[in-house]
Amino acid sequence: MRYGETGYNLEIDLTRSNIERVSTNPEDSQLYLGGLGTNAKIMWDRVPPEVEAFSPDNLLIFAAGLLCGTPATGCNRTIVTTISPQTQLLVFSMMGGFWAPELKYAGYDKVILRGKSPKLVYLWIKDDKVEIRDASHLKGKGAIETAELICQELKEPKAQVAAIGMAGENRVYFASIEQGRSSASRGGIGAVMGDKGVKAIVVRGTKDIHLSRPAEFMELCNEAMDYIKFRNENPIPGVMPILAILGSPQEMKIHDEKWHTENFMWGNSRERRKGFWTEEIAKDWTQTMEKMRTRLISCYNCPMTCGATISPPGKPTYMMKCFSKLTYTMAAFSDLAFGLGIAQSATEHGVDGFSAPQVMAFALELLEAGILTKDDFPGMPEDSEGRFYWLLDHIVRREGIGDVLANGTYWAARQIGNGAEKYAHNNIKKQEQLPLKLSMLNPIYFLMYATGEKLNITQIEGQFPQAPFPTREEREAFVKDWFQVPDEKFKQYFLDWELRGEKSIPFYPTPEMCCDIVDWQERMHYIDDALGMCAGLSSFPLKPPYHIHNYPKLISSGVGLDMDEATLTEAAKRYRTLVRAINTRRGMRRKDEKPPANHWKKRFPELEKELLDTYYAFKGWNEQGIPTEETLRDLGLDYVYEEFVKRGVYSDNGDTPSQATPAVIDKEV
Amino acid sequence: MATEKKIIKAIKINADLCNGCRACEMICSAFHSLPMYSSNNPARARIRVVRHPLEDIYVPVYAGESVGAECAGRDKYIIDGKEYDECAFCRASCPSRDDFKEPDSGLPLRCDMCEGEDEPMCVKWCITDALTLEEREEEVEIVEPQEKLDIGLASLVETHGMQKIMDAVTRMSSLKDFK
Ligand code: SF4
Ligand code: SF4
Ligand code: SF4
Repeated sequence: MRYGETGYNLEIDLTRSNIERVSTNPEDSQLYLGGLGTNAKIMWDRVPPEVEAFSPDNLLIFAAGLLCGTPATGCNRTIVTTISPQTQLLVFSMMGGFWAPELKYAGYDKVILRGKSPKLVYLWIKDDKVEIRDASHLKGKGAIETAELICQELKEPKAQVAAIGMAGENRVYFASIEQGRSSASRGGIGAVMGDKGVKAIVVRGTKDIHLSRPAEFMELCNEAMDYIKFRNENPIPGVMPILAILGSPQEMKIHDEKWHTENFMWGNSRERRKGFWTEEIAKDWTQTMEKMRTRLISCYNCPMTCGATISPPGKPTYMMKCFSKLTYTMAAFSDLAFGLGIAQSATEHGVDGFSAPQVMAFALELLEAGILTKDDFPGMPEDSEGRFYWLLDHIVRREGIGDVLANGTYWAARQIGNGAEKYAHNNIKKQEQLPLKLSMLNPIYFLMYATGEKLNITQIEGQFPQAPFPTREEREAFVKDWFQVPDEKFKQYFLDWELRGEKSIPFYPTPEMCCDIVDWQERMHYIDDALGMCAGLSSFPLKPPYHIHNYPKLISSGVGLDMDEATLTEAAKRYRTLVRAINTRRGMRRKDEKPPANHWKKRFPELEKELLDTYYAFKGWNEQGIPTEETLRDLGLDYVYEEFVKRGVYSDNGDTPSQATPAVIDKEV
Repeated sequence: MATEKKIIKAIKINADLCNGCRACEMICSAFHSLPMYSSNNPARARIRVVRHPLEDIYVPVYAGESVGAECAGRDKYIIDGKEYDECAFCRASCPSRDDFKEPDSGLPLRCDMCEGEDEPMCVKWCITDALTLEEREEEVEIVEPQEKLDIGLASLVETHGMQKIMDAVTRMSSLKDFK
């Protein structure tokens, strides 16, 4: 018997309507854990670099993490993996909610989709019964609406539905997959689902998930729960509200948005509005939130209530989480009521709350600059709010200028030309990033932005404070109960870190220290993504209940794998390297690894070069960022090395496939 | 009549505080698996959360007695404009629905207040306090166990007839759970 995991994947060939239940190799769990780790292995083995995002040979993998469905609090992530139409690299986006545990209870660890269905379908998985069903009546329907309709037609109110909206159907490069309370938003995975002709995957499971050594496992769970209670009662002093507590940023709870509204950029990541957060606005926004928010809600098996049901006046109710609370508001220079309202439409259409608002603000900047003209926007209203609704509608339908914008700022700028590239200024590896523009280079963040392959800063940062604390006393107080560190040296790094003077950014932490700090932070995210743990209880907040010391015990008592801190660290390094190998094989090189040029005003090219050189060496990558032979062999990734040699990867400075054109330029709808 | 003191345990359900996480279902099923915690499966839970987020419906309901036949009619509540499912608040394991039954065997499930534990597991895991335990002492009349049994049996005989009851007793005595 397998513990923690089910030991079965569902392989679905959409072209031939073929469904197979395939048992998995337990050795892979030891080497790559599950979730992202085993997804990466499958992508390496089965999706060569010639395969484009919208090729039938691209895979779309929905994985429940290794510990999803066990009693571990907050372990509920679905890790969706495919080749992104936007970045043309491997993309892995996670969603919380209820879908992954339900898949486990149905008896599967992953659903692997390949091929393309000739007509729109949805998948219905109920324990051993798996069907491909017609979805033509759901074409054009919203993602949330689709979920409701399917549960009604199946008479299965407890089924969990992951669905796309119109954006996914029309292959918008930043289309999301929505799942009620949550979404997998980044990298256009919704577009790949739409391209495969799959409107939704519906799951209901009523089987058991087993534990290897239950008493031990439950004790660890109880400890984690006690620590969650402790942290809920003891927020961390000296950091901003959302960083003081656990949970995926508690944006639905916290009304004080001074930090976001005054430090993040408005519009197309352009304007910083110091002094914006007045008492009047605070009052108005608090009222708006309290009026529209019906309830704070959680994901499966988690008490943290990071999400909320929102009922904007005159619009259907939907569920929201995190920072999409503000992205539309700030992109449109509007207020919270507008943001919460348009997010309802955006959720139904299924678009990424980071990219979509920036794309729209980018379009309006191009209009203002005269690069696009009024004729490109026929019938667009005059007011900012009206314009955003108009743009959203045209993008998800791929109508008129919307068809170009639907490819994201990077590709749209190239298609528009005439200097538009300058306006696509906030991308890394062709994808829109958080709207932040700061002054002094932060060496830790430089490395995370440059080398992260999850392409979102929140998905790599977390364990180490973002900035030094002003006084030594505060720092000492902070490190006192900081038992999550993998090594005592991290405490010293932090104790010595000053706001000003010799030991301050950009030269402190030193490049060597930055390597340690970045590597630790990234490692925790990668472990979460294999286990299916919510980053909000682990890699994202300071001092989380799950960390490098209790994870190996959870894995070994839960799954029965032989695991200690060293083997877990090695496994995480193995599939992290595999992710890099996939992207390396797709042409990613050093030249692609850079934060937006204007992210910081004060840049230090020599220091940046040293940082990158040191970090690459630390990671066991060569000066191009390619894992070296030694690294690969040490990790047992000899097959990667052999392929690299065969393809001449080491002598090639890289070119992501079809640089000059987006993955689709033809229009089929 | 003689009286005695009895501890009455009640789980207070504050549906307004429920966030829909279903930790209660998960932990109930884990606690009752054999060996304890060796597996979990919310479909086996003795509590279920009636959950329709878009209608803001969150109602944890505990499994009560199993009934042999469904009610003559069903009920459907509307409270504060929210329309609840048919029989939503009913605790019975009933032939009319799948709730509160073992998914494989169909055997009825009933909440036993996690006998033997200081605190029911669902209460312990619901740290948002939608579920809390209240204990109070009450004076109750002492009813002789035998008398209680006779009253119960008489009412069963009235409903089903003597023969059916005898058959049921014979059948049940062969199941090891009842020995
Ligand atoms: S911490 Fe928040 S986002 Fe994470 S699982 Fe819990 S409720 Fe969901
Ligand atoms: S554990 Fe509590 S909050 Fe969660 S579903 Fe059950 S009753 Fe609701
Ligand atoms: S009290 Fe115990 S048996 Fe009853 S529902 Fe709660 S966990 Fe289950």
